[in-house]
Amino acid sequence: MKRIVLLVLACFFTLTMVAQEKKSKNKKVEIEVAGNCGMCEKRIEKAAYSVKGVKNAEWHSDHKTIHLVIDETKCSAEDVAKAIAAAGHDTGSVKALDDVYEKLHGCCLYERMK
Amino acid sequence: MFKNIAFLLFFVSQFIHSQETIKGIVTDENNQPLTGANVFWYNTSIGAITNEKGEFLIEKSTETNLLVVTYIGFETKKVEITSNSISVVLKEVNTLKEVVVSKTQKGTEHSLYKVQNIQVMGQKELLKAACCNLSESFSTNPSIDVNFSDAVTGNRQIKMLGLTSPYILIAEENIPSVRGASQAYGLTFVPGTWVESIQITKGAGSVINGYESISGQINYEVLKPVNDIPFFLNVYGSQDSRYEINTHFNNKFTDKLSSTLFLHGNTRQNRNDMNNDGFLDGPIGKQVNILNRWQYNDAENGIVSFLNVRYMNDEKQAGEMSFNPDIDRLTTNAWGSEINTEKIEISNKTGYVFPDMPYQSFGFQNSFQSHKQDSYFGLSQYDIHQKSFYSNLLFNSIINNTKNKFTTGLNFTYDDYNEFVDVNFSRDFSRIDNSVGAFFEYTYDNSDNFSLVAGARVDNHNRLGTFITPRLHLRYNPWENAVVRASAGRGKRAANIFAENQQLLASNRNFSILNNEGKLYGLNPEIAWNYGLSFIQKFKLVGKDAEVILDYYRTDFQNQAVVDIDASPQDVLFYNLKENSFANSFQAEFSIDLMTHLTFKTAYKYYDVQTQFTRGQLQKPLQAKHRVFGNLAYETHIKDKGQQWKFDVTYNWLGQQRMPFTQNNPMEYRLDEYAPSFGTLNAQITKTFSSTFEVYVGGENMTNYKQKNGIIQNENPFGTYFDSSLIYGPTFGAMYYAGLRFKIK
Repeated sequence: MKRIVLLVLACFFTLTMVAQEKKSKNKKVEIEVAGNCGMCEKRIEKAAYSVKGVKNAEWHSDHKTIHLVIDETKCSAEDVAKAIAAAGHDTGSVKALDDVYEKLHGCCLYERMK
Repeated sequence: MFKNIAFLLFFVSQFIHSQETIKGIVTDENNQPLTGANVFWYNTSIGAITNEKGEFLIEKSTETNLLVVTYIGFETKKVEITSNSISVVLKEVNTLKEVVVSKTQKGTEHSLYKVQNIQVMGQKELLKAACCNLSESFSTNPSIDVNFSDAVTGNRQIKMLGLTSPYILIAEENIPSVRGASQAYGLTFVPGTWVESIQITKGAGSVINGYESISGQINYEVLKPVNDIPFFLNVYGSQDSRYEINTHFNNKFTDKLSSTLFLHGNTRQNRNDMNNDGFLDGPIGKQVNILNRWQYNDAENGIVSFLNVRYMNDEKQAGEMSFNPDIDRLTTNAWGSEINTEKIEISNKTGYVFPDMPYQSFGFQNSFQSHKQDSYFGLSQYDIHQKSFYSNLLFNSIINNTKNKFTTGLNFTYDDYNEFVDVNFSRDFSRIDNSVGAFFEYTYDNSDNFSLVAGARVDNHNRLGTFITPRLHLRYNPWENAVVRASAGRGKRAANIFAENQQLLASNRNFSILNNEGKLYGLNPEIAWNYGLSFIQKFKLVGKDAEVILDYYRTDFQNQAVVDIDASPQDVLFYNLKENSFANSFQAEFSIDLMTHLTFKTAYKYYDVQTQFTRGQLQKPLQAKHRVFGNLAYETHIKDKGQQWKFDVTYNWLGQQRMPFTQNNPMEYRLDEYAPSFGTLNAQITKTFSSTFEVYVGGENMTNYKQKNGIIQNENPFGTYFDSSLIYGPTFGAMYYAGLRFKIK
């Protein structure tokens, strides 16, 4: 029994170690981000760059996604999503607050995400 | 019973549903329906999309009565809903119009977002100059001035910001190509059909390509085998019996490996003397030019590599109509000149982009060139053979994120010159030059309205010493569709005084170098600072797209290898600059798309180029202070099979030019102090029959303006006063040409 526990523990350890090793310094991530126009693009990218560890951020209005290259040892995709939402744009995982959304410029009023 | 209830429920739900639905239509200002517009309740995810008639249906919302309508290219509109049907009219946004414009591809593009003042001349612009090589490609571009260097060789010289080509760094795919021995004729050795695009950078360029650029950089890209068509043919013939042929054969061996073989030949055999001065109007001769280019593209692993192998042989004969080189060479029987050039070039460049880091890459360029020119001009001889090796290693990456980029690297240049000059003296100037340099260039872009490029390099050159070259560029968008740019930078170069001033060999001037302590023909290196300011505004003028460009540049020489032809008409002096030498240039350009497919462009240029000569602080000779440029381009709409007409007219007006001093010549060999102003007109018509075949006809100098007495003492070219280098305008009249282009796609 002890052996099995040890084995399981060992397995668990190696697994987490593998998971940790997989933290890439140049991880490509795509996040859904709602928006309309060129002003949105600037706001979204600016918010993404404000997160330490974001190396490259390009938002595409046609697909409503942001293509990121991030250093996973410094930040996560979730951190970036939070920063973008805080700037007023809904993302796949984090939504913007209504009062921030309402302050956006007239041309940036996008359809809210579910 | 159950059925009935179900039916009732269904009915009721339908009823309620129709009551709570809003019906609407979205159109533009011209009442055209907008298909695919997004309609949704404000601050919700409940929305609809308009159909092809611009109509939509949306359920009424309990949360809000504000409806938002968005459509790409139009202003977003928020409307309050009070009834069950609504019509929304959206207004077009101007900023998006700009995107549309850039997609219709202008011949020459001025960017609003690049840091440096770069214009890109694409294929469309290059085709406007039907003939034939790079030196003739700039006739439709107001930023570059083209003029004949002398009345004998028919060679054209280019100028930028009032300074001649040696002060411009000319590079082929970022490898310096027209330099040293090839300075005078190098541009004529690049056939126009090989060129994919030309980038013209005004002012101090980037430090990556070296320290030599002073007034600007011209980089040209050669057609890439991977995008090329299997076969291309261009045939050209002109009234003055110049014939050119270009063929390109492309083969894609695998999806990664492709190759193009470029073959070029040109010849002119008829002896013309349209201006009756006893001299050939243009040289007779022939050129064979072969380039084989290989491209290896492995996108998955991020590798791109090019290999170019090139051979060129050019023979020119100029001078008196009766001159026969076999009998009269280097005699006083008749005045003649032969210029024979052979060029061999092998170059490779390889780029590697890190697959998981698209912003990080390596580049490695290597080039070997041999340029051999054997020539004589009357009794003077000039032979130069330059063997050079150039190597450049680059690394691009980012600091923290892509708002902060950098490029760093090393380069190495080796030049072995065999140079022999036989004029009023006879001397061997053979020498070996080499330099090693390291550079670092930082680019900041706030991904909005500001960016800067700051670069510096340190070089060690066996004749120029160890020195630092700093360069700075700024870009700022103060408001919509406008950009302000500023630049400053230092340049340093070794002047090749004979190679760069070969036109003076076609005269009986005595050559003297007044300094002897320097390491470059006794002279010191040329050093100059260049400062520039540029403003572009794009706007709408009565609904038409228009653009205004204002440029001001100043070049200040700290030292210059002064070429003085003013001291006496029988002398040319070379000496280190004493006191001042500068070039101020101002250019105002305006262009407008008058209607679809009709573009008008005009420019005014002002140059104030002064140097301290022995005779005083003078305007540079043969340089117009005022210039006006105008171009009108029209093309018909392309029909199904590609049929199209294109028309292009260019007008150039040059103000007075100061002529070099000739007042102590006998009366009949004196020139006026100033050359008169004059205008020239070029035009071209292209008829495209299908996407694979087109023909063109055109004319140059159609106003038939001729400089009289282009050659002083032409009746006795071995006399004291003979000079063919004092050329301010065309020396022979109008010239017409025709040609065809055929493609297999």
